[in-house]
Amino acid sequence: MNAAHFSPQPYDSYTLSRRQHGSSMASGSDGGSESQQVAQQRLRIIAGHLRAPADSGSAIVAAECKAQGSEADAVQQEKRTMPRRRQDIMKWNGWGYSDSRFLFNKKGQAEFTGKRYRLSGMIIPGLKDWFESTFGASLQHKTPPTPLLNNNAVQAPTLNEPFVDDLKSSGIPFSHDAEDRVFRSHGHCLHEIFAMREGRFGRLPDVVVWPNCHNDVVKVVELACKHNVCVIPYGGGTSVSSALECPADEARCIVSLDTSQMNRILWIDEKNLTAHLEAGIIGQDLERQLNESGYCTGHEPDSMEFSSVGGWVATRASGMKKNIYGNIEDLVVHVKMVTPRGVIEKSCQGPRMSTGPDVHHFIMGSEGTLGVVTEVTMKIRPMPEYQKYGSVVFPNFEKGVACLREVAKQRCAPASIRLMDNEQFKFGHALKPQVSSLFTSFLDGLKKLYITKFKGFDQNRLCVATLLFEGDREKVLQHEKQVYDIAAKFGGLAAGEDNGQRGYMLTFVIAYLRDLGMDYYVIGESFETSVPWDRVLDICRNVKARIVGECKDKGVQFPPLSTCRVTQTYDAGACVYFYFAFNYRGLADPVHVYEQVEHAAREEILANGGSLSHHHGGKTSSRGFSFASRERSYACARLNVQDLCDTMTNHKHNPNTEVCNCAGVSVVVIIILILYVRLAGQIPIIFLILIMFPLPNEGGVTGVSRRAKS
Amino acid sequence: MASKAVYTRGDPMLKKRDDFEDMLEERRISSDLRFAAKCFMPVLYKGLTPCTPDTLKSAALHSDPVNYVIHQVAKETGKALDDVRAEAEAILDEMAHRLQLSTVRFFAFMLSKVFKTLFHSVNVNEEGIQRLQQAIQEHPVVLLPSHRSYMDFLLMSYILYTYDLSLPVIAAGMDFMGMKFVGEMLRMSGAFFIRRSFGGDRLYWAVFSEYVKTIVKNGYAPVEFFLEGTRSRTAKSLTPKLGLLNIVMEPFLKGEVFDVSLVPVSISYERILEEALYARELLGVPKPKESTSGLFKARKILREDYGSIHVYFGQPVSVRSLAHGHVDRCQFNLMPRHIPARPREETVHFVNNTAYRLVRAQEENSVLKPWVLLATLLLQKQEAPMTLDELTERAVWLRDLSRQYGAFLHWPDQMHPSEVVSSSLALHGGLVRVSEGRVHLEQAGAAEAASSPEDQLLSRAVLVLSCASYRNQALHVFLRPALVASAVRATSSARKVEVFDCFRFLRDVFSNEFILCPGATMQDFEEACYLLEKTGALHVTQHDMAVTKRGQKTLDFLTGMLEPFLQGYLVVCRFLLEESAEALTQKSFIPAIRQFIIKHLLQGRLTQLEVLSSDLHKNALAALLRLGAVRRAQQDTLRVNKVKLQSVEDALGGKLPPPNVASARL
Repeated sequence: MNAAHFSPQPYDSYTLSRRQHGSSMASGSDGGSESQQVAQQRLRIIAGHLRAPADSGSAIVAAECKAQGSEADAVQQEKRTMPRRRQDIMKWNGWGYSDSRFLFNKKGQAEFTGKRYRLSGMIIPGLKDWFESTFGASLQHKTPPTPLLNNNAVQAPTLNEPFVDDLKSSGIPFSHDAEDRVFRSHGHCLHEIFAMREGRFGRLPDVVVWPNCHNDVVKVVELACKHNVCVIPYGGGTSVSSALECPADEARCIVSLDTSQMNRILWIDEKNLTAHLEAGIIGQDLERQLNESGYCTGHEPDSMEFSSVGGWVATRASGMKKNIYGNIEDLVVHVKMVTPRGVIEKSCQGPRMSTGPDVHHFIMGSEGTLGVVTEVTMKIRPMPEYQKYGSVVFPNFEKGVACLREVAKQRCAPASIRLMDNEQFKFGHALKPQVSSLFTSFLDGLKKLYITKFKGFDQNRLCVATLLFEGDREKVLQHEKQVYDIAAKFGGLAAGEDNGQRGYMLTFVIAYLRDLGMDYYVIGESFETSVPWDRVLDICRNVKARIVGECKDKGVQFPPLSTCRVTQTYDAGACVYFYFAFNYRGLADPVHVYEQVEHAAREEILANGGSLSHHHGGKTSSRGFSFASRERSYACARLNVQDLCDTMTNHKHNPNTEVCNCAGVSVVVIIILILYVRLAGQIPIIFLILIMFPLPNEGGVTGVSRRAKS
Repeated sequence: MASKAVYTRGDPMLKKRDDFEDMLEERRISSDLRFAAKCFMPVLYKGLTPCTPDTLKSAALHSDPVNYVIHQVAKETGKALDDVRAEAEAILDEMAHRLQLSTVRFFAFMLSKVFKTLFHSVNVNEEGIQRLQQAIQEHPVVLLPSHRSYMDFLLMSYILYTYDLSLPVIAAGMDFMGMKFVGEMLRMSGAFFIRRSFGGDRLYWAVFSEYVKTIVKNGYAPVEFFLEGTRSRTAKSLTPKLGLLNIVMEPFLKGEVFDVSLVPVSISYERILEEALYARELLGVPKPKESTSGLFKARKILREDYGSIHVYFGQPVSVRSLAHGHVDRCQFNLMPRHIPARPREETVHFVNNTAYRLVRAQEENSVLKPWVLLATLLLQKQEAPMTLDELTERAVWLRDLSRQYGAFLHWPDQMHPSEVVSSSLALHGGLVRVSEGRVHLEQAGAAEAASSPEDQLLSRAVLVLSCASYRNQALHVFLRPALVASAVRATSSARKVEVFDCFRFLRDVFSNEFILCPGATMQDFEEACYLLEKTGALHVTQHDMAVTKRGQKTLDFLTGMLEPFLQGYLVVCRFLLEESAEALTQKSFIPAIRQFIIKHLLQGRLTQLEVLSSDLHKNALAALLRLGAVRRAQQDTLRVNKVKLQSVEDALGGKLPPPNVASARL
């Protein structure tokens, strides 16, 4: 029993951005069936650059899942983006689709390949100069990745034969093919991708399984318990918290549980505006399919193309439009999670409960250490009628932050409002695609002249806020005016939709750009924090300066790119996102240097009153901190858990008793206390206790049901 | 310990120091007027938002911390908010500086003239200036000069002006404001004035600290203040005051600036202008109030020769690197930063340690002139005056010893030692007299026959204390070995442990007297043992230590160095034991003990005139208060714990019988 340790953290956290908006706005100038039109346009857009590849057709549906599978399911299966063999359409050693990447062509111009994105096939003339001047990099000095996956370098799988046999007889598809295993052995942390590019593989999962539905997961977990096998849940694979890394010293068989085939929308409840989803559905499929019915979730993390619903839940994700739709904790109504000791779920879909601590809050952010999230009920909203980008230029960052603070104070933040610092503004500028018409470039010149000469903004100090408005057309326009009025008070000048849109584009191409950088000795990553308003400026300045200083100390030969943006606003603070990249020529162990600098930067964040993470999740490389920052709350929790452990041993060892009790219980209080303490090694210890206090039965309703599987 | 960066240990011989350049040289060959009118374009802090003294004032007045305290005060006293705000504004008006370049230029002209008359040279380490220039661009800078003379801050500003560095904003004592016109002149050359004491006045504290912090955060100009708080009358470094240091570090600790650079500056005068003045003050002649007319009367000093000045700009110290690993900055995360909060203990420790280390850095970079060594020798041989040759020979010996101990000695090696000695004696003709080939510590041509024995005694004491102020400049070099030497002499056994115990006791007793970094006992002991062993005075094995034959001379010298202090502390103990009247207050303590000592001196039971120094009395009392032998009761009266005091006295005297101390053992 209890043998299935859910190794570190699983799932995709969803950073390394990648999001897209089709066009700057949905047109919607004609009245009539506007919403329909918008919906169609949106669909077209999404279809345009998220073109779903033909299904690999190898959908093997386990017997018992077929029962649920209606015809509609079959249709959905057709449309799904993620095949079992992900490596067929995606890079195994980089970000995103195999056909989409940045490169410098023969003329030395930057170009984005493929057909999926708005930027695809375009020349980006400014990128080369920016790249060379920012990093001191040169196109002569290349560091190409190992082109092909070398199967010989891959360790043979440690197979647990009885487990494999049982798995075979259950009919759930699985594989121990080297490519499948390598693909699921890493997330998108720098050190992981760096190792992949060099063709270095550490400990890999031994088996990959593709459950098709909740019951399949229950079965897999049950088998894992029975045969003492580790399970690492795998959703979109976009994790940046090292959660997918297999402990190097793990001797048992490791199973990567790939949820990609659990990708259906099980139902949509239009009365309550909720949708019940299988946890493996990825953001782009979810949004596309909901859009077809006129709905959306509005949850758009930067990684939404690839990250999955289960991953969002497991990492406490945040989407860029949270101002309207909320973060994942606001969106989730119900979660079903398979743990080694049974299935946890609430028994109702009520919007709020006050019976003790909320079970969801233990599940969210648990990063897979407690179980596999299999099904989620999420709030949905009718699709917005109108969408509009915008941007504001501020003379300096201080003014910009003051403006954002005011916007937050008046609680009139648009769907998204972000403030990029000067470096990032320049970065965004460098990503301007080649303009086709002479007129546009003439206009750009005029704009620049107006801002720098007429308004007296210093090119090296100004910064830009990007905006995205969503909702009814009239309200959007009204809202827009309100925000621009506030901005004007802080010296902000409206700078057009185009700048705004490019700002958002930067977020989705950044991960592809990192791969480009890595071709030329440049490595980098992003990290984020949330911080009270009065410390925003201080934290931005100090962390950026610390990065520059540490790079110098650590022997980095060229000044690094150290930039930030205020990316979300809250009532009491803001989320700040840092990009950090440097040219590592001349360094023996660039990844180590990178990690040292990042560590220092995180230390600086903590010292300046920031949190370890706003949405990326707990990174193993920041383990030292994690413990410190969680210490206080968890130390208490642990004591309680251990006390309760002792008194409740009966319940713990015999889950069936509880199940029996459940039927006749009027009030059931469940306390789940979770703790994972990492000891010197990498072995996570999971304390998971379900305690029920049965009270005299009055024939009431079952508060929570829990099915034990043994 | 907090900072290896402030000063490095290890072999002091290897200490690398910059060379000096004489900045008066150019002044002597080119026009002062042109100098005063030169184009002044200092480098500025890279993050500076340009502002005027007035915007600075209003920024401080409208800052969150000041607002907070204004509201608090209004709520508690029931005064109207506007009244309290007006009060705050008045405080700010009284305090704020009004830097004007024209005034600075005026000073530049005047001071050029004055300096050229008074001094042979003003020497500055230009590498230090370059480091400072770099530091000013990178981070807010705090200048921390040593304080020996009124000249100090004029001199600092003059140097910065000369080298085109942004002029500092200087924290000055309110007493200067007593000087009409001059006070305002100083204000216009960048001084701001703080009250000497403002006890519990929260509003004053808030306005004052915010004013300084605003300057630091904005990077407006280097902030300059004196760690020692006041001019040292004895030329020993004083125990650092932490208030201002706390204030300038806070912006870093609270994350409001990335870093702050602290620059210790050592200013060494060959001859201090206030030399005799200080000695009189120490003997109880009250300090004349600063007044403009007093300044004019002081003109006669312009006719004398004051040798040269050495100003050494130390390595800028980054508060960030000092704090790393010692202060958890997260402590400020759980409260709004503008609400005043008591700092955590670790932070208090950190600031205290830093302050000590900075003062040590000042000490280590202060330049010693040959006269300092001569004064040391002369004081030790007051009874039997040496011949010139003897003096020269011993001076050469001491020169070598002090160099081995890492002293920053400016001994003109190109000159013959006897020339060096005679020119030093000539410069300080007011203190020494050569007659019959022997060097006497006497005023030349003083006819003392007419005056009373007490007056005679006092006038001789002035001489001795003036002389002692030069010896004190070298104290920091010999202090640690001297403490070990005394401990070795006091402990009959050769066991290292016992010597260490004794060392620790002495170090503890004297920690108000000298700059001894808190918590560095072991380090100091080891450093001292290392030096003594290296110079062959001690033979140290793992458990034992023994004095070598040739080491006797060194040990005699070293114990002689501590002798006056030891005697002084013993006298204070004796006084408290014998004469502690019921109504002895802190105020009446000084005159009472002075009378007591004079009596004993006249009776011949005491020989050391130095024990008359009121500075020593104050320090001894503070030490006894700290050790619990005396405690402060109501209305400032002092209560003596006789048992404890007796034990301190026994430990100091009984265990420490240096050869010539017998007479002093009352």
